[in-house]
Amino acid sequence: MGSVVDARGLSCPQPVLMTLGEIKKLGKGEIEVLVDTDTSKENVSRAAESQGWKVQDIRGEGEGYRIAIRKD
Amino acid sequence: MTQMKNIFAVRWGIIVVGAFIGVFAALLQKMGNPGNMGICVACFDRDIAGALGLHRADVVQYMRPEIIGFVLGSLVAAYLFKEFRPRAGSAPIVRFVLGAFAMIGALVFLGCPWRALLRLAGGDGNAILGIAGLIGGIWVGTLFLKGGYNLGRSEKTYASVGWMLPLIMIFFLVLRFIYPPLADKPQSGVLFYSLKGPGSMHAPLAFSLLVGLAVGFLAQRSRFCTMGAFRDLILFRQPHLFTGLLSLLVFAFVTNLILGQFHPGFAKQPVAHTLSAWNFGGMVLAGLAFALAGGCPGRQLFLAGEGDGDAAIFVLGMIVGAGFAHNFGTASSPAGVGPNGIAAVIIGLLVCLFIGFTMRRKMA
Repeated sequence: MGSVVDARGLSCPQPVLMTLGEIKKLGKGEIEVLVDTDTSKENVSRAAESQGWKVQDIRGEGEGYRIAIRKD
Repeated sequence: MTQMKNIFAVRWGIIVVGAFIGVFAALLQKMGNPGNMGICVACFDRDIAGALGLHRADVVQYMRPEIIGFVLGSLVAAYLFKEFRPRAGSAPIVRFVLGAFAMIGALVFLGCPWRALLRLAGGDGNAILGIAGLIGGIWVGTLFLKGGYNLGRSEKTYASVGWMLPLIMIFFLVLRFIYPPLADKPQSGVLFYSLKGPGSMHAPLAFSLLVGLAVGFLAQRSRFCTMGAFRDLILFRQPHLFTGLLSLLVFAFVTNLILGQFHPGFAKQPVAHTLSAWNFGGMVLAGLAFALAGGCPGRQLFLAGEGDGDAAIFVLGMIVGAGFAHNFGTASSPAGVGPNGIAAVIIGLLVCLFIGFTMRRKMA
């Protein structure tokens, strides 16, 4: 089971900071990040990719997005 | 993956947007805006405060259409791309105070980050100190961010909350139409107008408004932010926004060269002073306040346009801060810093440190 980072309602750069923190903690695996703006969606995706993680899926959820990132 | 790809969120997208802002800022100056001030969010908010009579510095009063355009252009883009998300409630009063002190700091230097770049692109060497201060302030901000500083979560709210600042801007525009500038008159209805100084210099209304709308639209799409540019570089080694900032600088420089607006030097630069320590110090305060508030003055306008009620509060804080800056004699002028400018920078830094140290919470 992957972990979930809930960054909804938080403004830049919190969602990225939280995602990078989780990436550092896990090293590899799967993380789901919840965000509520398109800016955060783009920033989190960009940050994950810069760390060698893959953005597997972005799904609209409620008023925001659920971003699934993964590294094997 | 049903999302439409946002073409402006990629590398070349942000470069194009930075280039657009750089070129049109230089053109706005050519069309009548003050020297090295084709676009300056701090200065223009300050001019709006003057137009409304919130301060009575008679050289800086004009209802700047660019600012109105920024908010409304962003609003249009947000609706068109289904990104209008009304939200608010993330420490609004703190954002107001940060906006006010960001303005007070910026007016000690005489410019927001955009104008710092435009001043450099016009040959004003004093801007180097301002930009160095800006980076210093943002760097301090990143230390707080690393330590867990944040303003807390916002909440989804009524669309009307997101509409408040756009409506205020529409109201300002209506005022500008009802009370246009009159020849040799310092007042037109409820609006004040400058007869001399930077406030008297402006491009034609239609041109200013159209450029403002276009910049607002593009910046909403690209998330252009000068504070974020340095912050992301320092915090994450992420150069995305920074490429946009560089693009603005380079294209403004080239356009200035072509238009004959490049005049290298330190002395006698337009709407600038040469007190290096306070060009630096003012922008340390501004940079720290922007970093703690999560965006440069331009970005706050674009966020407000897409429904962020907290960013709107920051904008209002800036306008009120401009009132304080001139009424309290903390704003600089080409003659040097104001009588209370240094005290204001020190107080502002203390307030920012208080906010930075006391507002930390680990987000689970």
